[in-house]
Amino acid sequence: MTIGHTLLGLLEEAGPRHGYDLKRAFDQRFGHDRPLHYGQVYSTMSRLLKNGLVEVDGIEAGGGPERKRYAITDAGITDVAGWLTTPEKPEPYLSSTLYTKVVLALLTGRDAAELLDTQRAEHLRLMRELTKRKRSGELADQLICDHALFHLEADLRWLELTTARLDKLAAEVRA
Amino acid sequence: MTTSLLTATGLRKIYSGTPALDGADFAIRAGETVAVMGPSGSGKSTLLHCLAGIVPPDEGTITYEGRELSAMSDGERSALRRSRFGFVFQFGQLVPELTCVENVALPLRLTGLGRREAERAARPWLERLEVDDVAHHRPGEISGGQGQRVAVARALATTPRVIFADEPTGALDSLNGERVMELLTAAARETSAAVVLVTHEARVAAYADREIVVRDGRTRSLEPAS
Repeated sequence: MTIGHTLLGLLEEAGPRHGYDLKRAFDQRFGHDRPLHYGQVYSTMSRLLKNGLVEVDGIEAGGGPERKRYAITDAGITDVAGWLTTPEKPEPYLSSTLYTKVVLALLTGRDAAELLDTQRAEHLRLMRELTKRKRSGELADQLICDHALFHLEADLRWLELTTARLDKLAAEVRA
Repeated sequence: MTTSLLTATGLRKIYSGTPALDGADFAIRAGETVAVMGPSGSGKSTLLHCLAGIVPPDEGTITYEGRELSAMSDGERSALRRSRFGFVFQFGQLVPELTCVENVALPLRLTGLGRREAERAARPWLERLEVDDVAHHRPGEISGGQGQRVAVARALATTPRVIFADEPTGALDSLNGERVMELLTAAARETSAAVVLVTHEARVAAYADREIVVRDGRTRSLEPAS
């Protein structure tokens, strides 16, 4: 999963935030198994700042270190949009990235069904390639293709199920 | 641009007040295999039945080689189904009283061939589908995988221009299902037949050249990104 894109998406959804708030939002929505380290958040935000995808919206001085409030730039919004509309390279264990994309698409008012269909087409394209390769391959090659095909099929089932539950998911994430 | 062999536009079909098809479009070219996917109850089998002229749509048009199906008489539509269309269903639907070779010969006999001639023409299809060894068995005496290959041989025997396959591997295990798909698509390519393949299995759909999805009675073409 691309942490940078996810943090950008969260900034787009909720407006300017501090790094600490971004970490909390990330962990709450996507970090069930692996919450972000503070270091990851700040190094990612520095990179996004350097690349012009976020800007400093304000600095608060307090008892401790200065706290920067970040805002997404137009370039950042374009970057998130590009990431959301580009299908992932089909590979096993994609679900956490796809889930993140779907939730962010819903949160930012984009077409999550379109995103899922685009991904579905990309998965089927690879499945067609593997099926063609199987036809002419030897048994060992066929078995390797089969392994990939079963994983892709599992992803596709998840895509179908998520498409069927999109309305419910939209209601939950927007609640 | 290649002309479509079979085209449907704006199909609507309502069963008991519920639309099974609600503005579905479809087009297939000669020699092309198109997978029709979608959740249960989405309307994909209804689409296949309309395309094949088995049930008429309430609205919309279907044309085969430029002729509207609705403009044909019942007799013309039946003749079209017998001579130009082939069918494979989830359960082979072989005639249990007939042997396998007699089953494959049946559509040829319906086109007017004599018994001996029809059975002679049927044999190569049984060989092509690798079930020649059960030619004189009845469907109850062979496995599900063999039965489905006989059903494919029967669908191909009249060298149809379009094969309608409705969940053709739905009752088979993975290995038998794949073999049926390999043989079906290879034979269709050789004879330049188009295949309308209704399936809910992605691995089966991967044998097709492209996919359309049916959701809530509407079709959506998912062209692969390339």
